[in-house]
Amino acid sequence: MLEIKNLHANIDGKEILKGLSLEVRPGEIHAIMGPNGAGKSTLASVLTGHPSFEVTHGEVSFHGKDLLELAPEERANEGIFLSFQYPVEIPGVSMVNFMRTAINEQRKYRGQDPISATDFLRLMREKKELVEMDNKLTNRSVNEGFSGGEKKRNEIFQMAMLDPKLSILDETDSGLDIDALRIVANGVNKLKRPDNATIVITHYQRLLDYIVPDFVHVLYDGRIVKTGDKNLALELEEKGYDWIKQEVGSI
Amino acid sequence: MAEDILHEVTQSEYKYGFTTEIETDIIPIGLDENVVRLISAKKNEPEWMLDYRLNAFRKWKEMKMPEWAHLKIPEIDYQSISYYAAPRTNGPKSLDEVDPELLNTFNKLGIPLEEQMALSGIAVDAVMDSVSVKTTFKETLAEKGIIFCSFSDAVEHHPDLIQKYMSSVVPVTDNFFAALNSAVFSDGSFVYIPKGVRCPMELSTYFRINAVNTGQFERTLIVADEDSYVSYLEGCTAPSRDENQLHAAIVEIVLMKNAEVKYSTVQNWYPGDKNGSGGVYNFVTKRAICKGENSKVSWTQVETGSAITWKYPSCILQGDNSSAEFYSVAVTNHHQQADTGTKMIHLGRNTRSHILSKGISAGVSNNSYRGLVRVGAKAENARNFSQCDSLLLSDKCGAHTFPYMEVNNETAIVEHEATTSKISEDQIFYCNQRGISTEDAVGLIVNGYAKEVLNKLPMEFAVEAQKLLQITLEGSVG
Ligand SMILES: Nc1ncnc2c1ncn2[C@@H]1O[C@H](COP(=O)(O)OP(=O)(O)OP(=O)(O)O)[C@@H](O)[C@H]1O
Ligand SMILES: [Mg+2]
Repeated sequence: MLEIKNLHANIDGKEILKGLSLEVRPGEIHAIMGPNGAGKSTLASVLTGHPSFEVTHGEVSFHGKDLLELAPEERANEGIFLSFQYPVEIPGVSMVNFMRTAINEQRKYRGQDPISATDFLRLMREKKELVEMDNKLTNRSVNEGFSGGEKKRNEIFQMAMLDPKLSILDETDSGLDIDALRIVANGVNKLKRPDNATIVITHYQRLLDYIVPDFVHVLYDGRIVKTGDKNLALELEEKGYDWIKQEVGSI
Repeated sequence: MAEDILHEVTQSEYKYGFTTEIETDIIPIGLDENVVRLISAKKNEPEWMLDYRLNAFRKWKEMKMPEWAHLKIPEIDYQSISYYAAPRTNGPKSLDEVDPELLNTFNKLGIPLEEQMALSGIAVDAVMDSVSVKTTFKETLAEKGIIFCSFSDAVEHHPDLIQKYMSSVVPVTDNFFAALNSAVFSDGSFVYIPKGVRCPMELSTYFRINAVNTGQFERTLIVADEDSYVSYLEGCTAPSRDENQLHAAIVEIVLMKNAEVKYSTVQNWYPGDKNGSGGVYNFVTKRAICKGENSKVSWTQVETGSAITWKYPSCILQGDNSSAEFYSVAVTNHHQQADTGTKMIHLGRNTRSHILSKGISAGVSNNSYRGLVRVGAKAENARNFSQCDSLLLSDKCGAHTFPYMEVNNETAIVEHEATTSKISEDQIFYCNQRGISTEDAVGLIVNGYAKEVLNKLPMEFAVEAQKLLQITLEGSVG
């Protein structure tokens, strides 16, 4: 469903992605690991169309469409969801209003009528249960004053509400306590279907015990330099990144 | 050949306005005593009204335009303005003849069809006849003894009330624009709610339809007698295009014991184009006096239009235990300038006032809050709380807060809080990533920010005002 070919991207004239290629098929879970500053969040930003990044080279197709041609909101409505590494606070905008607007935009994009009030409330209740989200949080403004962990949980709640085809989870595990990690990971697993896919960006093998990946990629210096199965994550946990760096250096 | 010449002659004659009826109803530009007399004569006013105007005119000649506001006001040549124009008679005949862009905006705002007709300048009488609200409306009000009519009608039919209350809140010499209005006011509305009567409906729909032709110097007087209640809405969300650049209105509200008045305004006069040319200059004097004890007044305003706004709806809290509220959202975009706020004058004991001002600036506009809270020596236990927030949508716009406090009684508590925030690119992107377009995201954030004020508006207008905020700010971020 997602095909990235030789992707190069800049921010402020500095090249961050330097020829990245990746293919994701329906039903798959891909983990992306890599040292700080390697370009993992940049990849997520470029895929979702953040205006600060400029794509200088390469192609990205999503379900056969040229993703790079689409506006950020169109990409979202095509079914790409990003769980942000640093979720943004939007004071004054209630979670309820925010979610209803988002859902209705998605429905409009697909030529459907706005969701009815009762259906919306039912959906909210159902998805809140899925990630064991407190009512108190959904009654507040978007992420305003949420703790780090609450923000991450709220990302997965939104993911559940919007039912995306491709989810990109950028360090969703960081900041979650042990129980929350299990709850959020279970939530992600319950949303898994043969027709959707997930990219999990993480530093910790621990998350991958819960969300078991089909592939593990190492992103280093703007490229994917190594791909393996879930055992690669265990190896990285044990040995760190130096050996990878050496491998790359020797090429 | 001959035909061509004939054609040219008739055309050019037409071009220079050799038509009949229309011309007779426009006074030539300029302002002197004769013009004031002429206005009064055209309106068939009684002697006392003419004397009032002449007195105001003489005072006005000695006054100067105020310069303290944070506004750049271009030189206004008061002799180049026409001070009386009869209602338009050559407007469009049906909606087919109206600018489609205007209709598009009406539809975005969700304004009913009849009102769209009236607002586009289609003969109001015809529209009014088709709106049955008007008649039932009038009957209901009459049954309760409520007077609700044009200011001119009131001068004719209720001279005692007009003479008693006109200028009792805003004296003729209050300020330059008030004096000007008093000399040349075109028309406006008069409301009287008798003792113990709760006005059963918002005085809005009717007014909205009539609002089209009230002219540039509007005058409104509302008198709420003891134990009465009324909610009044002025203006409308629809864009008001007006060739008259200068607007100077007066609104006076008098509240007796236990009376309550809610006055809501949605102001959307033409703000000028993106480059800052054209647009209405809006200099308004609005003031209420809580004469009786326990009376309560609230001003709610949504200001999105005009090139220049100079406006400070104020309250004099004279009666003991009286209270006042001021809720304001002022939006400026492109080159608009707004200097707006309120004055709360506490005179009576246990008087309370609450100020909530929400400024939103975009483009290269300038948005200022200016507020005065004064507590008189006898105002035991007076309380005021002011909250002034500014939201910035660009790096080039300005937001300013000028709070003034004069407290002359030790038991008074006066509090002021102010915040400034900015819509960030990250907030917009976060919304985009959830499928929400930038325009809708700005609308969502701005309406969230202005929510507390919008909630004070009558329901139907709250919905329109929400959409209005979004439309006003279209294309202002990113
Ligand atoms: N606005 C910016 N201006 C300049 N450089 C930037 C900007 N944003 C990111 N970068 C740089 O781009 C590189 C990649 O950053 P990115 O956030 O993608 O890393 P990451 O792999 O997600 O790291 P982490 O594991 O720490 O989250 C870093 O060197 C970072 O400093
Ligand atoms: Mg990152």
